Amino acid sequence: MQGPLLPILHALHEEFGYIDREAEPLIADILNLSRAEVHGVVTFYHDFRQKPAGRHVLKLCRAESCQARGSDALAAWAEARLGVAFGGTTADGSVSLEPVYCLGLCSVSPAAMLDGKVVARLDEKKLDTLLAETDR
Amino acid sequence: MTGLRIYVPGDAAAAAVGADDVATAIATAAERSGTAVDIVRNGSRGLHWLEPMVEVATASGRIAYGPVAVSDAAAVLKAAIANRGEHPLRLGDPESIPYLKNQTRLTFARCGIVDPRSLDDYCAHGGYKGLARALAMPATAVVDEITQSGLRGRGGAGFPTGIKWKTVADTAADQKYIVCNADEGDSGTFADRMIMEGDPFVLIEGMTIAGIAVGATQGYVYVRSEYPHAIAVLNDAIAAARRGGMLGKSVVGSPQAFDLEVRVGAGAYVCGEETALLDSLEGKRGMVRAKPPLPAHKGLFGKPTVINNVLSLATVPIILEKGPAFYRDFGMGKSRGTMPIQLAGNIRFPGLYETAFGVTLGELVEDIGGGTATGRPVRAVQVGGPLGAYFPRSLFNVPFDYEAFAQADGLIGHGGIVVFDDTVDMARQARFAMEFCAIESCGKCTPCRVGSIRGVEVIDRIIANRDRAANTALLEDLCNTMKFGSLCALGGFTPYPVMSALTHFPEDFGAPPRLAAAE
Ligand SMILES: Cc1cc2nc3c(=O)[nH]c(=O)nc-3n(C[C@H](O)[C@H](O)[C@H](O)COP(=O)(O)O)c2cc1C
Ligand code: SF4
Ligand code: FES
Repeated sequence: MQGPLLPILHALHEEFGYIDREAEPLIADILNLSRAEVHGVVTFYHDFRQKPAGRHVLKLCRAESCQARGSDALAAWAEARLGVAFGGTTADGSVSLEPVYCLGLCSVSPAAMLDGKVVARLDEKKLDTLLAETDR
Repeated sequence: MTGLRIYVPGDAAAAAVGADDVATAIATAAERSGTAVDIVRNGSRGLHWLEPMVEVATASGRIAYGPVAVSDAAAVLKAAIANRGEHPLRLGDPESIPYLKNQTRLTFARCGIVDPRSLDDYCAHGGYKGLARALAMPATAVVDEITQSGLRGRGGAGFPTGIKWKTVADTAADQKYIVCNADEGDSGTFADRMIMEGDPFVLIEGMTIAGIAVGATQGYVYVRSEYPHAIAVLNDAIAAARRGGMLGKSVVGSPQAFDLEVRVGAGAYVCGEETALLDSLEGKRGMVRAKPPLPAHKGLFGKPTVINNVLSLATVPIILEKGPAFYRDFGMGKSRGTMPIQLAGNIRFPGLYETAFGVTLGELVEDIGGGTATGRPVRAVQVGGPLGAYFPRSLFNVPFDYEAFAQADGLIGHGGIVVFDDTVDMARQARFAMEFCAIESCGKCTPCRVGSIRGVEVIDRIIANRDRAANTALLEDLCNTMKFGSLCALGGFTPYPVMSALTHFPEDFGAPPRLAAAE
């Protein structure tokens, strides 16, 4: 395979939920890169976490089409509901709240992705129902 | 299976509003009533306010129902079996719905109609006719036809596709590549996603034709990670194309080899920029490269590379099938053919609207889109993604055309239109544009990396009513620096949304409103 670094990082991320610092020199070794190069790639991309996430990950779209349908208020509500700011994980480790800039679901805004599942035409009630499922 | 054929879109937008559950509910209801059904997960027709839109095959064509909730599933199935027009969600023949009927679907001819995972279905609906013609003519003639069609890149820059191909064709090398830009990072856009999920073979066929035309044997589709549905469908379709002999060492029994691989992005908007995308494909940080060299000369792994948007490549088959004149005859000025326009934001009838260039912004937003979903007046419309300008109603007469939009200090970009009602605060929108640039900057040039952060601060001071006149002048200066001092359009075009907000909506920045133009 040509240019295998991203596919490798994706596979690790899928398996562990983050890229452990310890993994970087191993990948560097296999691909004949420096550890700094691998680290540079890991830190460049928003997708790659360097710490484990919560048990659930809620990515709420913050981009323009969703803004036009009230996503800013929804985002503030989600922060209050979870007691955590964007980029953070709830104290009990159940949910990580992350921003995402467009999910291509702009025709059914506002949209989000919960653990890889897409949800749209969101409002507080619908989001609350979804979050309630993660509480269980 | 010879059961009742029922189409429930597997498209991500439909799934996001419950289509998967509706499909399950229909299957359950069918089992309970002992009805044999054959559920096809098609793409979306693009009438997104009606999703989940379920279609049932009947002797006299398809009948649509929508929007169908899980609780409607059993009743819809019953109505479908009886095939009588009495269910309240019955829409009739989907192709008679004016929104769809009035479109000119060339790129999207099959989307929502075919089973996206079936090569046979694709061929039964006219697929692979373009490739058959391409294989029967000299490679240079294929490139010429694309040039003659007037097709311009649909990724944003509008560069003539044929000229790009010719450059690669004329560059001698032991290896060349076709790269499909499926990063679709622009907010308000989803046409690439719909094609990949609804008619992936048209993209595969377009890339195969490109490979034959320029002498490339390997292609990559770089899809953003936010699109898991598209990635899954595309991978299945590629496997089916291989099994069917449409990809591999010998394309349809010809001496031509061409194969494809899907690569997944990692959440960086700048990786949609073609040279950053190539770096990312090579496994590096997605940094924008200085040009020259052009990717057409030294692209992926230093080899001559065609890099095109999904829509550009997905339009290639119909041009080859019907000839360049057929395509070129649609459109206006130097914008030939059709554009799959995406209507989003606060709009009553959101969705995919493919039509010839020349339709006005006002027609799109008011007549076709039906105004706002909230019922309030339209105040601003952003066209062309996060780097596109905000238009006021007074510019609604601008026709959808590359040059006309440039003349109005805007861009059509990838064809996304995001509508805002009169509750929008344009200073906040301008602030967001700067913030987005700061978040997504690749960091190579100072005007973009640092300028965007300063931009947020300056707009914050304007919003807080601190020394407004001086800060507004500073913001204009900053925009000029970014516009002329940035290597790529992320830093270079962020001034579009910012300056258009300031120019057309000065009252939101604490300045006197513009004299009301003829509205
Ligand atoms: C910041 C930035 C982001 C871009 N994102 C995309 C994208 O997501 N998809 C795309 O096709 N082109 C995108 N482009 C445009 C590409 O650089 C390039 O023009 C395009 O892939 C060429 O294909 P086309 O000629 O078929 O349009 C972007 C450009 C910039 C500067
Ligand atoms: S303008 Fe911004 S994104 Fe583009 S090359 Fe410069 S720093 Fe990178
Ligand atoms: S802007 Fe939110 S899904 Fe596109």
